Amino acid sequence: MSDIAFVREDMLPEKAPPASNVGIVGWMRENLFSGILNSVLTISSLLVIFYVLVSLLPWVFSGTWSAGSLKECREIFAVNGGGGGHGGGACWGVIRERWIQLMFGFYPSELYWRPVVTFGLLFVAVIPVLFSMISRRMNWFLLALLVFLTTFAFGGVFAWMLRIISGLGLAYLAYTLVSTDKADRATQIAGGAKRLPNPLIFTALFPFVFPWLLWGGSAWVPIGAILGFVIGYFAYSILARTVSGLIGLIVGPLAAIVWWLLLSGTFAGVAESIIPLSIEVVESRKFGGFMLSITIGVVAIVGSLPLGIVLALGRQSDLMIVKALCVGFIEFIRGVPLITLLFVASTLLNVFMPPGTNFDIILRVLIMVTLFAAAYMAEVVRGGLAALPTGQYEGADSLGLNYWQAQRLVIMPQALKISIPGIVSTFIGVFKDTTLVSIIGLLDPLGLSTAIRADANWNGVVWELYGFIALLFFVFCFSMSRYSMYLERKLQTGH
Amino acid sequence: MTTLTDPPRESFRPSMLIYDTRYRSMTIQIVALIGFLLLIGWLISNTAQNLATLGKEPNFGFLGEPAGYDINQRLLDYNSQDTHLRASFIGLLNTLLVAFMGCVTATILGVVIGVLRLSKNWLIAKLMTVYVEFFRNVPVLLWIVFTMAVLIETLPSPRAFKGVETGSVVFTNRGVYVPEPLFSNSLGDIHLFGASSLRFDVSLDLIAILVLLAASIFAIRKVNARAQGIQEATGDRPKTWYVNLAILFVPMIILLVVLGFHLGYPELKGFNFKGGTYMRNSLIALWLALSLYTAAFIAEIVRAGILAISHGQTEAAAALGLRSNRIMSLVVLPQALRVIIPPLISNYLNLTKNSSLAIAVGYMDITGTLGGITLNQTGRELETLLLLMLCYLVISLSISAVMNWYNESVKLKER
Amino acid sequence: MSELTTDREIDRSKMQVSDEVAIEINNMNKWYGTFHVLRDINLTVNQGERIVIAGPSGSGKSTLIRCLNALEEHQQGKIVVDGTELTSDLKNIDKIRSEVGMCFQHFNLFPHLTILENCTLAPIWVRKTPRKEAEETAMHFLEKVKIPEQADKYPGQLSGGQQQRVAIARSLCMKPRIMLFDEPTSALDPEMIKEVLDTMIELAEEGMTMLCVTHEMGFARQVANRVIFMDAGQIVEQNEPEEFFNNPKSERTKLFLSQILGH
Repeated sequence: MSDIAFVREDMLPEKAPPASNVGIVGWMRENLFSGILNSVLTISSLLVIFYVLVSLLPWVFSGTWSAGSLKECREIFAVNGGGGGHGGGACWGVIRERWIQLMFGFYPSELYWRPVVTFGLLFVAVIPVLFSMISRRMNWFLLALLVFLTTFAFGGVFAWMLRIISGLGLAYLAYTLVSTDKADRATQIAGGAKRLPNPLIFTALFPFVFPWLLWGGSAWVPIGAILGFVIGYFAYSILARTVSGLIGLIVGPLAAIVWWLLLSGTFAGVAESIIPLSIEVVESRKFGGFMLSITIGVVAIVGSLPLGIVLALGRQSDLMIVKALCVGFIEFIRGVPLITLLFVASTLLNVFMPPGTNFDIILRVLIMVTLFAAAYMAEVVRGGLAALPTGQYEGADSLGLNYWQAQRLVIMPQALKISIPGIVSTFIGVFKDTTLVSIIGLLDPLGLSTAIRADANWNGVVWELYGFIALLFFVFCFSMSRYSMYLERKLQTGH
Repeated sequence: MTTLTDPPRESFRPSMLIYDTRYRSMTIQIVALIGFLLLIGWLISNTAQNLATLGKEPNFGFLGEPAGYDINQRLLDYNSQDTHLRASFIGLLNTLLVAFMGCVTATILGVVIGVLRLSKNWLIAKLMTVYVEFFRNVPVLLWIVFTMAVLIETLPSPRAFKGVETGSVVFTNRGVYVPEPLFSNSLGDIHLFGASSLRFDVSLDLIAILVLLAASIFAIRKVNARAQGIQEATGDRPKTWYVNLAILFVPMIILLVVLGFHLGYPELKGFNFKGGTYMRNSLIALWLALSLYTAAFIAEIVRAGILAISHGQTEAAAALGLRSNRIMSLVVLPQALRVIIPPLISNYLNLTKNSSLAIAVGYMDITGTLGGITLNQTGRELETLLLLMLCYLVISLSISAVMNWYNESVKLKER
Repeated sequence: MSELTTDREIDRSKMQVSDEVAIEINNMNKWYGTFHVLRDINLTVNQGERIVIAGPSGSGKSTLIRCLNALEEHQQGKIVVDGTELTSDLKNIDKIRSEVGMCFQHFNLFPHLTILENCTLAPIWVRKTPRKEAEETAMHFLEKVKIPEQADKYPGQLSGGQQQRVAIARSLCMKPRIMLFDEPTSALDPEMIKEVLDTMIELAEEGMTMLCVTHEMGFARQVANRVIFMDAGQIVEQNEPEEFFNNPKSERTKLFLSQILGH
């Protein structure tokens, strides 16, 4: 019998690890005090945190919300014995008094519901793109709810009609939501039940609703704009069927452009005189505050998406001239700071247009910011295109799909999905960059803060205003960036 | 054995322009080119018409006229009687100055923060995360005006220093005074470009120092190459650090003594400080804000770069018996730099472009001079903005060229 | 490399070769830059033939069948597929692509579409078939490749073998007259290779014209009526499978066969 043979009869029980490795002590030992250097770092950062909190918290929390001017504020602190001066605490009164202005600028107060509804609709419109876990029913339900609530903001026959229609839709959707749960619904659909229409329909219509609600005017103008797309599409599809896809591709957009430039104005005028569908017009110069920032950001991203896709395709193509034009545009825009483009918007854009045209400044800024965002968007989309395996192109080719069919049905749906995190990041960047419009005199939050400080009552208020604006930007950008990271992780872990 | 029979040449039909892959791409390109030229032509004709009505035919003559405004932070001599071109040139140098300073500090800060974010110390890692998120998610313009406000509101005015002993560096709410280097046996200046708008004085002392520095570095590389040679031949690497230190410092100290190097300290004269180098708070605010903001992005790049090197690389190197500092310098860093440097350079580009926000705090960079006061005074929007964009494009394209060159040179050799 | 592909009886009765020419290649040459990948290729394939193309990697066999579908452009010579000459005319290219089905090594299914949508995409958009009809056809072919129950799943949810069978069904939905296979089993685990080969055998039994680049020599022996050996961009040897395997003529073929069957 050899000595090396060994058989274990009893299994060893699990033992607790040494006390120094577990519990809060073990955690601290490992994560905070694992060596001399680490201990020093820990203690010094604790000191820093302590110092910051000690100097910041009392100022924030001992501040006063009641004062109506900086002088009043100082008097309150002097009475309370807080040392007077500016160090006594924060004068949150300025925020209480002006926050609504920081939100809406000089938008007429009786029409505040319009930007609120617009941004509510914006949220509903991005659901199918960003929040894939929300069901179609829920999406339509939210839309109906929002429309229903909106009808209470105004009166008249039209409001009543809208209220009844949206109310009925709301009731039906609520009923289906309550009566069948997700799993039941899935089996129903599998059994051939009719699905609700894709909410992307509303997402596609939203870019037309958005400016109409914010700026007001006749509803026939956005309808005319939509008709332009319809006309362009029909021109394309008829020509593509009868003559050639390429001819259709050239004539279709031309037909739409002709409609927009020459006919849609007349159409809107005539239609308006037959069935008036107008809401009060709000001039651009009344736009301001975060509403302006979000408007610029959203318009720029929505407008830059189609432009960016076209530029990205151009940059990827092997057509030399097209490629050169696209690369030239992209590199030019990316090579100059946004502020120079805004200078162009404020001083030069009208000069480039036919004599007599006079866009208002916000429209000019929107155009330039959209062009700016398009260059960055093109790079994002190009990244998405590059991430697709060539097999996808070959698969589409081998089935006989032509270039545009392959792009529309196979390539773009995948490339855009991959690009969503990048698009969200671009949006965050553009949204942050909207503060630059304060330099050319628009009243975004930063521009408003200067205006508020020019007011005799609040001359000298600095930290409260900047702090408030920074906080709002932070909340918005941080949550967006977290969400885009989450999307990115979800994309990485497969389908 | 093979007889190549080319298919009979088809005669050209117009429909081939669209259906034949050989001509189709040409057709598309020509249509695109015509469309583009039409657009450009339309814009130019509009512009010409509009400018003609305004009586402002494009003309760059204004660049030679006296600017008539002052630039209070400048690297070269300038007075308000100098031309607009001179003012723009001073502004361009100011842009480059703040961009350079910003890039250096942002890199240092960013690398430190990025490495600390990966620290095993939980508190430090969390603190750095807070820093990164905090700075990334608030607009840079807000940081710039905020920093400016901090400088103005919290620092004392120069008057407060009356009768107070000041140190070598003075912080006031108008700016910072730091000691300036002076040379009692100065070699003098070279005057480049005579009296033109681009005149440029270069200190010979500075050139002497730089030349010596270059020579020392060259010598050090020689010493290291020799050490490398010995290591390759014998396996032992001779210690070279003290030789290197001596090469670096001894000649430099001798040169400085010969030139009579000393520091000029700021002194309070009347209501303001005299002497020393004066950095206005607009420069400081811009510099600080851009550095802090960009550092947050650089930190993320550094972190991502280090994380991109798989753990397996470190383990493989450790299994070969390399010590941890050698693992870092021989295995991890060369790979991480490949990942880090391209986005790092594009962040330098962003910082340079963001420096155009100087106009918000009144720092006279190229945007503040050429695109700001010159534009407003002369009313020459088209010309000034063209020049302004051209300046930025040249800077951006040179930075991209550097990046492309780098990318080419470090490309991994793969099948 | 497994010798035996399938354990069931193969019905060779339907595998009739007709006199009708399906593909004709005359003196075809192709270069990648200055690299001469295909040299003087001459090949005539009749309707109903099952041809296996073998050869070492880099011999140009994949490039050859990709040229038949205009995925690659040839620079010299003449290719006629099903009576249509492959020129730079887009109309001809589209016609040929809709007549010729192709399966790839990595399946190239569209991951954002369900199996059913993958199969109906081309019939709807290229053939302009009504959706209902296209779906019926798709289900018919999915049943044929034995995965009708997966119709509503996405490609990512299927195993490699299932995906390749879907890819075959997707091609069949276009009712092609010729099928090209580009190493359909090389990316699959051994246990999945069989299910794909079985599908291909069934297809052969129905008289489909097939060109197949593969290393499955068992399949070649049992199903093919002709084996083509390529090396360095040229057709080195072609023969009936029995002769090809038992009595190769060329030294290169012998070397190749000894490497691939030798262990």
